Amino acid sequence: MKTTVNEVSITWRDKRLDIIVCVKHVPETAEAELKIDSTGKAIDRTGLVFDINEWDDYALEEAVRIKEKQGGTVTAITVGADDSDSTLRKCLARGADKAIRLTDPRFDGSDGYAVAKILHSVIRNLPFNLILTGMQAGDDGNAVVGPILAEMLKIPHVTMVKKLELGAGTVRTNRELEGGLEEQVEVKMPALLSIQTGINEPRYVSIMGIRKAMQKEIKVMTLADTGLTENDVGVAGSWIRIEKMYVPPVEKQAEFLKGTPDEIAVKITEILKAKGLI
Amino acid sequence: MTKIFVIAEHRQGQVRDVTFEMLTKGRELAEKANAELVAVLMGKNVGEHAKTLAEYAKTVLLIQDSKLENFNSEAYSQVLTRLINEHNPALVLIGHTSYGVDMAPRLAAALNVPLGTDCIDLAYESGALTLTRQMFGGKVNVKAAVRKAETYIVTVRQATFAPQKPAAPANGQIIETPSKLTEEITEKRFIQYVFPPPGGVDITAAEKLVGVGRGIKDVTNIPMVEELAKTIGAVVSCSRPIVDKGWLPSDRQVGTSGKTVKPKLYVALGISGAFQHVLGMKGSDLIIAVNKDPNAPIFSFADYGVVEDLFKIVPPLKNKVYESKAQQTCK
Repeated sequence: MKTTVNEVSITWRDKRLDIIVCVKHVPETAEAELKIDSTGKAIDRTGLVFDINEWDDYALEEAVRIKEKQGGTVTAITVGADDSDSTLRKCLARGADKAIRLTDPRFDGSDGYAVAKILHSVIRNLPFNLILTGMQAGDDGNAVVGPILAEMLKIPHVTMVKKLELGAGTVRTNRELEGGLEEQVEVKMPALLSIQTGINEPRYVSIMGIRKAMQKEIKVMTLADTGLTENDVGVAGSWIRIEKMYVPPVEKQAEFLKGTPDEIAVKITEILKAKGLI
Repeated sequence: MTKIFVIAEHRQGQVRDVTFEMLTKGRELAEKANAELVAVLMGKNVGEHAKTLAEYAKTVLLIQDSKLENFNSEAYSQVLTRLINEHNPALVLIGHTSYGVDMAPRLAAALNVPLGTDCIDLAYESGALTLTRQMFGGKVNVKAAVRKAETYIVTVRQATFAPQKPAAPANGQIIETPSKLTEEITEKRFIQYVFPPPGGVDITAAEKLVGVGRGIKDVTNIPMVEELAKTIGAVVSCSRPIVDKGWLPSDRQVGTSGKTVKPKLYVALGISGAFQHVLGMKGSDLIIAVNKDPNAPIFSFADYGVVEDLFKIVPPLKNKVYESKAQQTCK
C-alpha cells in the first residue's frame, strides 16, 4: 500500500502544472511623497514610478519556480490600463509563458469584488491547477481579490502563504499568523494561494529575458470579452466606493530637528546625552 | 431587534485582543443604532471564553465542535453563513487578522454581502455604512461608502479601538447552538502550528534599538547601521521588508508579524511607519525617526524627526556619539 502511495506522489510531482498568477501594476509609494489630486478621491500619479505589486512579485516567482521544477505553464493576468503592459512584460521576462491584460474604461472604479468578477470571467475558461495572487496590493491594501475569486471558482484557498509544498493532488502551505507564529494548512488542488512577501527571493530579469519577452504577445480583452455587463464592473459593480481621500490627521507630530547633517547629529547626540542614553 | 455580530478570535487558549477591541466599538455602534451586541464564539472547550465575552455582549452565541477546534476558514464560514442567514445581523465585525483575512472575503462573496476591509473606523447610520480606511501603507486615509445592504461585513484593524469593559458587566446570555457541520472538511485542513526557531537575538530585551527599514536600499549598507548601533550601545532591529529580502534574520523584525518592543530608545532609520511596524514599537520611551519623506507616518509617532536621507545622517551621528562618549570617559 505504502509503495502505491509513494508512486502516486512521485507521479504527481512529475506532473506539469498550469499556474495562473494575478498581478497588479501599482505605484511605488513606500518612499515617495504623495499628493492628492484635484478629484480629492485619488493620488496624483505625476512623477510616481509604477511596477508590479510587491506581493505579486513573490507570487510570480513562486509560480516560475514550480514550473522550472516540474514543468507546466505560467499565465500572468491583470486588470488595468495599457501601462500595465510593463508589469506583464516583467512577468514574461521572468518566465511566464502567456500574459492577459483586461482593459476597459468601464472597469474604472472597480473595488476588489468587481476585480475578482472580471478575473473570474476569464480564468473560469482557462485550464489551471493553481492560482497564485499577492496577499494584498500595496495601493489599496484590501486583501480580498484572492479569496473572493476562489469562492467564485468554488476552489479552496489559503491566504498569507509563506511556504508551499506540492503533494499528491494537494498543496501543503505554511501561512503566517501574528507574532512570528505560522500554521500549516493543506488544501486540495485546484486551489488558490495568496502569497505573503518573503516566501522566496524574486530573481532579477536578464537583458536577454527582457528582449525575448518583447516578442511575446500580450492578449488584451475588454468588457465585451468577459460576458459581464457594465453593471457588474466599475463603481456600479463594486461594494465600496471612495468618497474622499485625505492626509491622515496628525494627533502628535515629532519635533523636527533641522540644520546640516552635522548639526542634526549634534542635536541628536545632545538629546541622547540629556536622557542618559549614552 | 437589529443585531451586531462580533466574531470572537482565539488561539491556543487565549481570546485575542482584537476581540475586545471589536466588542468595544461594537457596543458604541449598538448603542447608537439601538441594536443588540452579539458575540459569536466558535471552537472546542471554549466555555470559559464565553463567560468572558458575556461581560461585554448581550448575547454570546457559542458553537462548539471538534471541527472548530483550530481555525479553519472553510469550517468557520459554513457555520457563520448559517448564523448570518438565521439572525440577519446588520453588521458583522471580524478582525483584520490572519484569520479574518482568510475568512471574511470568501464569506462575503458566498453570502453576497458587501465587505469593507482593514477599517480604522466605521459609522452605521439609518442602514448606511461609511468606512474609514488607509491606503498606500498608511500615507493617505479614505472615507468610503458601502453599497446599501441589509447586512455588511467589516474587518477591523487590530489595536485601533482601545478595549474597554462596559461600566456594568453586560451579563450576557450564553446561547449554545450546534454547529450543524455534518461532514469532515476535507478541502482545507489545519495540520499544526509552526513555531519560530528558538535562540537568536531577543530584541524585546534590548534597552536601545536602532531600527532599519526599506530606506537602507541594499544589504551592503547594513554594516553602517550596525556600527551606529554599536556606538550607541543598541541592538539592530528592522521592519518587514528587510527580513523579506533576507538582509536580517526574522528575530530582528518589529511589528505585527514580528516582535513588540518597548525600549528606552528606538531610532527608526528609513522606516515609513506602516501600522504593522508602528504597532510593534510605538510603546518605546523615546523615538527618533529619520526619513526622506516629510509626510511619512512614522513622524506622527516619533518624538523627534529628521527629514533627510539616512545616509547623510548616520555617519556624522556615529561620530558625534562616539566623541561624546569619549569625552564623558575622559572626565
